Order: sequence, then C-alpha cells, then structure tokens
Amino acid sequence: MIASLRAYGGLFRMRFLRGLSYRAAALAGTATQFFWGFILIMVYQAFAKAGGSPLGLSQIASYVWLQQAFLALIVVWFRDKELLSLIVTGDSAYELCRPVDAYAFWFARLAAGRLAAALLRCAPIVLVASLLPDPYRLHGPSSVPAGLAFLACLALGLLLIVAITMFAYILSVVTLSPNAAFMFAAPIYEFAAGMVIPLPFMPEGLRHVLELLPFRLCVDLPLRMYSGAIPASQAPLLLLQQALWIALLVPAGRLALGKALRSSQAAGG
Amino acid sequence: MRLLLRYLRLAAKGQLRYRSTFYLTAFAQIAMPLSLLAGISLLFARFGTLGGWSMGEALLCYGVTQVAFALAELSSRGFDNFPSILANGEFDRILVRPRGLMLQVLGSRLDLSRFGRLIVGGIVLAWAAKGSGVEWTPLKAATIALMTLCGAVVFSSLFVLGAAFAFLTTDGLELVNIFTDGGREMAQYPMSIYERWLRLFFTFVIPFACVNYLPLLFVLGRPGTGPAYALLPLAGLAFALPCLLAWRAGTRRYVSTGS
Repeated sequence: MIASLRAYGGLFRMRFLRGLSYRAAALAGTATQFFWGFILIMVYQAFAKAGGSPLGLSQIASYVWLQQAFLALIVVWFRDKELLSLIVTGDSAYELCRPVDAYAFWFARLAAGRLAAALLRCAPIVLVASLLPDPYRLHGPSSVPAGLAFLACLALGLLLIVAITMFAYILSVVTLSPNAAFMFAAPIYEFAAGMVIPLPFMPEGLRHVLELLPFRLCVDLPLRMYSGAIPASQAPLLLLQQALWIALLVPAGRLALGKALRSSQAAGG
Repeated sequence: MRLLLRYLRLAAKGQLRYRSTFYLTAFAQIAMPLSLLAGISLLFARFGTLGGWSMGEALLCYGVTQVAFALAELSSRGFDNFPSILANGEFDRILVRPRGLMLQVLGSRLDLSRFGRLIVGGIVLAWAAKGSGVEWTPLKAATIALMTLCGAVVFSSLFVLGAAFAFLTTDGLELVNIFTDGGREMAQYPMSIYERWLRLFFTFVIPFACVNYLPLLFVLGRPGTGPAYALLPLAGLAFALPCLLAWRAGTRRYVSTGS
C-alpha cells in the first residue's frame, strides 16, 4: 500500500518536474533573448555614443528588441526538425505520393511553423521591452503608416525567408546531411541580413552590395521600417522588391525540389 | 591522463570518418566568429572608438574570450551534453566503470571541429597583441596567458554547473546558456560599456570581469591599476569550487533515471 503510494508520488513528482522544466525551458529561452537583447543594445549604443550614428539610441533599441521578438520569422537556423528527419530517413519519398504539390506543401508547413513560434514568443518580449526605461525602451512605431509598412514587410519577409531556406532543405535532400546545409548558409545570411550588425553601421560600398541581395529584405527592412529609419514613403517600392524576389525564388525552388526528389528516390529506402 | 589522450585519439578517428561533415562543421566554427569579427571591425571603422577603447585594445578582449571559450568547449563539451547522458541512462554505465566520473563525462564528447574557434581566436589575439600598442613585458604576457586559462576554467565551471543542474531537472536547462554563450558574447567587449548591475553581477557572482576586463586594464597600463591586477584571474579558480561541489552533490544524490 505504502510502496504503491510512494510509486505514484514519485511518478507525480516526475511528471510535475518534467512539465515544470519544460515550462522552465520556454522561460529560459525568453530570458536568454532578453539577456542577448540587453547586451546588443548596450554594445551598439556604446558605439553610437561616439557620435555620427545613422541610427538613434531608441531606433537601436527597437531594432534589437524586434529582432529578438520575431526571431522565428527572420533567422535561418529556425528549422523544421521533423521535416529534416523525414528527408534523412528517406520518408520524403512519400511526399511524392501525396496528391499535392510537394513544394507548396513544404512551404505552407515551414511558414506555419515559423509563424506559430513567433506568435508564442513575441508577446512577452514586446510587452516587457515596451515597459523598460529609456534608452532600452521599445517605443511604438514612428507613425501609423510606418507600423503598417512594418507588418507588411514582416509578412512578405516571412514568405521570402521560407523561399530562401527552402534551398537548404533541398540541399539536404541531395546531401542527406541537413546540419551541413544550414551551417553553411547561416553565417553568410546573418551577416548579409543585418543580424550581426545593422546595415546602416556598414560602409557605403558594402551596404550597396548587400542591398542588391534578398537577405536584408527579411531582417533589416522590417526592423528599420518600424522606427522610421527607412521612411514609410519608400515602403511600396521595397515591398515590390520583396515580391519580385519571392516571384523569382519560388519557381526556382519548386523546380529544384522536383529534380532533387526525383533523383532521391534511389536513396530513400 | 593517458586515458584522456586515448579518448582524444578515438574522437579524432571517429570524427574524421565523416570527413565532409567534419570539414563543414569546422568551416561553420570558423565562419561564425569570423562574421562577428567582421561586424566588430566594421563598427570600429565607422565609429573609431568603443567607450574610449581602440580597436586593438577591444580585440585583445575579444581574442582572450574566444580562446578561453574554445578551450573550455574543446575540453568540457561533454558536460554540455550531460543532460542527454543522464536521460538515456548512460550515466549508470559510467558510474559502474572503475574510472573517474568527470574524466569519463569529459571524454564522452570531444568535439574537434571546435578547433576552428580556437584558431580564429588565436589569430585575433596575436594581431591584437601588436595592434593594441601595448609595450609587452614578461609579466603582461603571463597575465594574458593566465587570463586565458582562468577564463577557460570559468567557462568549464559553467558547463559543469549546468550538468549539476541536470541532476535536479533531468532535462537540460537552457538557462545555463545565458552564462556560457551569453557570457562569451558579453565578455568579448570591454566591460565598461555595460550597465552597473550587469558589471557587478559578472564581477562578483560569475567572475568574467576578473579573468578578462580588470587584468586587461593593467596590461593596457590604465591609470590606477597595478601589478596586483595580474593576479585577479585567480578569482576565476575560486569560482570553480562551488561548481565542483554542486557536481559532487549531484552525483551523491543521484538515484538513476529508470528504464
């Protein structure tokens, strides 16, 4: 009797601790992001205090906090592990049997995954960051049009990063080594997108080169649109640029995925 | 010690089997700190100074931190992986073997691709040694070496502390990453740019400032510092003590994870 009670007690405690440590994991993730955000803001602002900064102190704060809040929408390393294990085990062959377009299916899946994660994480960060004292405070968008343009850029940015990262998944289909594909892509993307340092801090020549690439449209563009560092009047043109890149990368990705899946049939057992 | 070398040889053999994966991870290990380095140098190119520190001086800070972290990661990564060792019952097998616990956990995962960070950090350190304009004396060089070693001890202690926490939660706590990865991120810039509460925490609770910023002030010959600052990194060793005690307490209380 007592022994079985003890067993239930132990079981309960185990489940309890397990649940708690999972919640703790989510909390710890947010705490990590806050810590990271503080460090980045302090570093950038310390540099900016030397004078001549293209971004104001509060623009730096909003850039960093939004970056942390919407991390799931803008980083390369946020990946769908289930889909990757599907690819590695060869189960991706089943994708060919589905009466749906594999590219569209994966695209929707990846976009939904990112969106869900971002919605879960953004609220606490945005809320707490907007209550912090200056110069760390996340202020509201610089104007109503800027706020709307930020949301539009973020939405198209999500489609764009899914279209971009899809190539890493396609490469995984070919190499069957997903880590390699993502590890290769991440440092290049992060630098070119403005994750390492914001684009305005870079020298003019380099910035012009990076502005020709699609990467900065996922990170730099929405984050600066919010604080008015990019005037909202430029939004239509930049949104068009995002749309063009999507229109270019999606058909290319679909073609590549079709080819990769057809030739991967031999590998998948 | 001989056992540790055997572990190293085995790890090298095992990892070189998957040659292309090894090279790619090594590439990523080099590319990440490199892109960060590019970011820092661009910031210096733009603004010239960081809170009164020149680029060479700040890069000394960066180099010491990166090398210290790489050394810790090379040697103590097994502790980072410890929660999964605990969860899958592997630790029970480790316990019955007639060898030291810590040694076996250390040996469970020696990730050689981490040499990438060590190389980048080493090159930066060598460059900054010249670029910072320090007039080197034996004492100053010894201080840098001591900073690096004690810094590695602090990072390793954090890995051990994280593993000790796993005894309580079985699941790894991501929170420790704040202090390992986050600590690395933070300690690579001169501590003076941070807010007071952050500085105090990382001086007296986790002594990053003692193994990095404060002795560096002496090396750079800032006014108001003396040779006594060269001994400060030893405070990092003091930090290892409670971490090791936590690990001991954890292993004592351990009652297997079942299955």
